[in-house]
Amino acid sequence: MLRHVHIFVQLKDGVLDIQGKAVANSLVSLGHGSLGSAKVGKYIQLWIDADSPADARKEAEKMCDDLLVNPIIEQYRIEVEGE
Amino acid sequence: MKTAVVIFPGSNCDRDVIHSVRDTLGCEVESVWHREERLPEETDLVILPGGFSYGDYLRSGAMAARSPVMGAVKEHAGRGGLLLGICNGFQILTESRLLPGVLLPNKTLSFICRPCFLSVENTETPFTGLFRKGQVVQFPIAHGDGLFFLPADELDDLENRGGAVFRYVSPRGDSGDEWNPNGSVNNIAGIVNPRGNILGLMPHPERAGEAILGGEDGRLFWRSVASFLEKGGRRHGLQ
Repeated sequence: MLRHVHIFVQLKDGVLDIQGKAVANSLVSLGHGSLGSAKVGKYIQLWIDADSPADARKEAEKMCDDLLVNPIIEQYRIEVEGE
Repeated sequence: MKTAVVIFPGSNCDRDVIHSVRDTLGCEVESVWHREERLPEETDLVILPGGFSYGDYLRSGAMAARSPVMGAVKEHAGRGGLLLGICNGFQILTESRLLPGVLLPNKTLSFICRPCFLSVENTETPFTGLFRKGQVVQFPIAHGDGLFFLPADELDDLENRGGAVFRYVSPRGDSGDEWNPNGSVNNIAGIVNPRGNILGLMPHPERAGEAILGGEDGRLFWRSVASFLEKGGRRHGLQ
């Protein structure tokens, strides 16, 4: 069956997050003085044909390694529905 | 000398680079569609041109780096064949792990298209042999993701081996943040691999090949490659 997989990709700590900085500056200038900082990442959804949620996770990890994530600058977290 | 220019869906500097190499050297230049799994026989130099391959989706150069043609490109480079990536081509080389680092969005978060001054820091590469060390040249840039980033320890390695070939400078050769258009670490505009046969740079030498376009410094780039191949007779790969 098709398993719904959610992948959250974030820049690693120490990598310059220009977008996060720009978004934070913009929010502060709109009056949101409570903001400490902001980070901008990516949210990817996949629907993978797999027998179990664990199999879907394994396949999603391979897809992250093959294309979806650049390990030099990015880290990721996977959530599989039904797991 | 035989040159192959790879065209990906979304490449848009392929014609410029074909024109510039042909016009400067009068040599044979073939284009290769990204679905091809082989390069033309006896190719000396492979060029990955600028553009927006696959719409720059996901990360610039990420999907082009996984195109069918890249197997043959890697084989060519593995044999020591010359490989050059310009702009999006540079992004494709880092995404392929053929060169270290990554190209992030410009510090301004805007697309920048304008002339730039570069200092030639390493003239011991097949691509820069006819330049003087420290020579200031003018190649234009046109990119949104040109901030070269490398983790600190790897950056030290790159610098220690002379891997930074081009840096952004003032017209007089001074360095400073105001001359670094995109925020690249150490003002780096172009790098070479340890073996010396793979070079990537964000500025466009092919757009600096005619006085009417604002300068001819780019011609020296192509002549350097031709001279390297002629001198050493090291065709189809470094020995």
